[in-house]
Amino acid sequence: MSDQPEPYNASELLICTTSRLMEDGTTAFIGTGIPMLAASLAQKMHAPNLVTIFEFGGTGAILESLPLAVGGGCTFNRAIAASGIRDIVETAQRGFVEYGFLGGAQIDPYGDLNTTVIGDHDHPKVRLPGSGGGNDVGSNCWRTIAIMPHDRRRFVEQVDFITTPGYLTGPGAREAAGLPRGTGPYRVVTTLALLGYHPESKRMQLLATQPGVSVDQVIESTGFELLIPEQVEANPAPCAEELRILREEVDADGLYI
Amino acid sequence: MLTGEEAIRSESVRILESGMGQLLQLPDVEGFREWNRAKSKEMADKRMTEAEAVRRFIKPGNYIGTELYGTVRCPMSLIHEIVRQGVSDLRVAGQGVLDLDMLLAASLIKAIDLTYIGLEVHGLSNCLRREVESGRVESVVESSNAGIAWRFKAAAMGVPSIPVRSMLGTDTLKFSAAKVIEDPFTGIPIALLPALILDVGLIHVHRADACGNAQIDGISGFAAEMARASKRLIISTEEIVETEVIRRRPDRTIIPYYLVDAVIEAPFGSHPGEMCYRYARDEEQIRGWVQASQTPETAAEFLDKYIHGVTDHQAYLDLFGEARLEALKSGAPGREA
Repeated sequence: MSDQPEPYNASELLICTTSRLMEDGTTAFIGTGIPMLAASLAQKMHAPNLVTIFEFGGTGAILESLPLAVGGGCTFNRAIAASGIRDIVETAQRGFVEYGFLGGAQIDPYGDLNTTVIGDHDHPKVRLPGSGGGNDVGSNCWRTIAIMPHDRRRFVEQVDFITTPGYLTGPGAREAAGLPRGTGPYRVVTTLALLGYHPESKRMQLLATQPGVSVDQVIESTGFELLIPEQVEANPAPCAEELRILREEVDADGLYI
Repeated sequence: MLTGEEAIRSESVRILESGMGQLLQLPDVEGFREWNRAKSKEMADKRMTEAEAVRRFIKPGNYIGTELYGTVRCPMSLIHEIVRQGVSDLRVAGQGVLDLDMLLAASLIKAIDLTYIGLEVHGLSNCLRREVESGRVESVVESSNAGIAWRFKAAAMGVPSIPVRSMLGTDTLKFSAAKVIEDPFTGIPIALLPALILDVGLIHVHRADACGNAQIDGISGFAAEMARASKRLIISTEEIVETEVIRRRPDRTIIPYYLVDAVIEAPFGSHPGEMCYRYARDEEQIRGWVQASQTPETAAEFLDKYIHGVTDHQAYLDLFGEARLEALKSGAPGREA
């Protein structure tokens, strides 16, 4: 084997970075797309006891093949329970679900997500799919992780529509609105960076840059003022083992990657 | 916000926020009780065709609901028949992929309680975009997925509203018909969602007897709630079994017969979607729709070929042929060898 790092594409990078955030022995609400691949990879790498939770009723599935939908047969493959949507979201509502993994079309500095409309709600420029389970996840899971491509059209000062709550207008706003205490956005995984939130101001801050990406590049690709701490880590590239499992086992048919 | 103790001593409940979304269906729980009282409890044979069920029970302007998760277990043979008969001005709750896309493509929808309409891995729904951006869909009321399931649960409980902790603080709530009140026991703001009672519910199941006792394998989405929130309930089923099969495993019955108005035998009734343990989704056909739905003209051609061009569900299946359908069976996730 050569020492040269293996090349990878943007999807593979997002999947591997997300996967590393999935802790063994925790509960994780898995949304459509990249979170599904990341969960499968995590189970095969470092988190065999990751309890996957799928919106329409699958709890504790072992992800052997790739789910194309949050209600597909794979989402309760060798699972411990097959129930329904109320049971799943109520489980999150009473505090059992640690992580929630989501995508979005737009995100603001407080982690509020838009998947509903671009433009005015009643006369939209682009009608997007809507909340789906996004709002339920962002409202009720302890820590929400968003996964998105990184550019100025998506990282905006103000989203056109708050579909899923982040920290809303800032510190204390979630609790004032009645959302469960101590919940909120935790990380954002992008093609350029791993981001988090300042503990006091609740504004988005840079934690690590993706391989080959400079801090300036991240700043330039963000449409709002991003907090830059003194210490910014460099996120390690996907390793050969992650890429092998991803390509040979998780998505052998190349549906996503 | 009041403290818990102040809230308990308080004599009035404060409304903190009212969603601006239209209440598309009144939560008339008294009327619903009367309706349910009058409904026949006889274990009668309710088998009929899709054509008869749609003709008898779904009227223009009705509020209807489909139960499914994405492309999984969707009542497609019934949806096709609604398009075939052109039942218009419908109000719908969705959570929808192929089902609502077809109704939107045929311009049959007037108002939506909308949680998610899209094509999942294949992206945005072009039909939703065209119908909403043009204003042909007159009213779009926002919700989360669980929000709709909870609204059905309220109706199933026979109560006019249900308190939940989703949707708070967001535009999703602002453009819904929900209200935020101060919970009278804790002082915590909670979202009150109105019960959603359907004129007609459509659910596809794995097996049912002729009277409508129905069982679902695998995850059950929000079938139990929606069945109990429907004034009329149309069940399509992969197979019709003897009542004795139901009685052998009564713990599996998710929908008892007295909720049901029509039972339709529809093998591959979820095609091109999937049915767990039975058949996989027909990815080729789904991709065909993703392509066709991009323009009104190609969408119309697709509807002509697969819906208007065939008389019924069997004729639709004949377009694909036995070999292709058999192949879908062998690809079913979780199928026992």
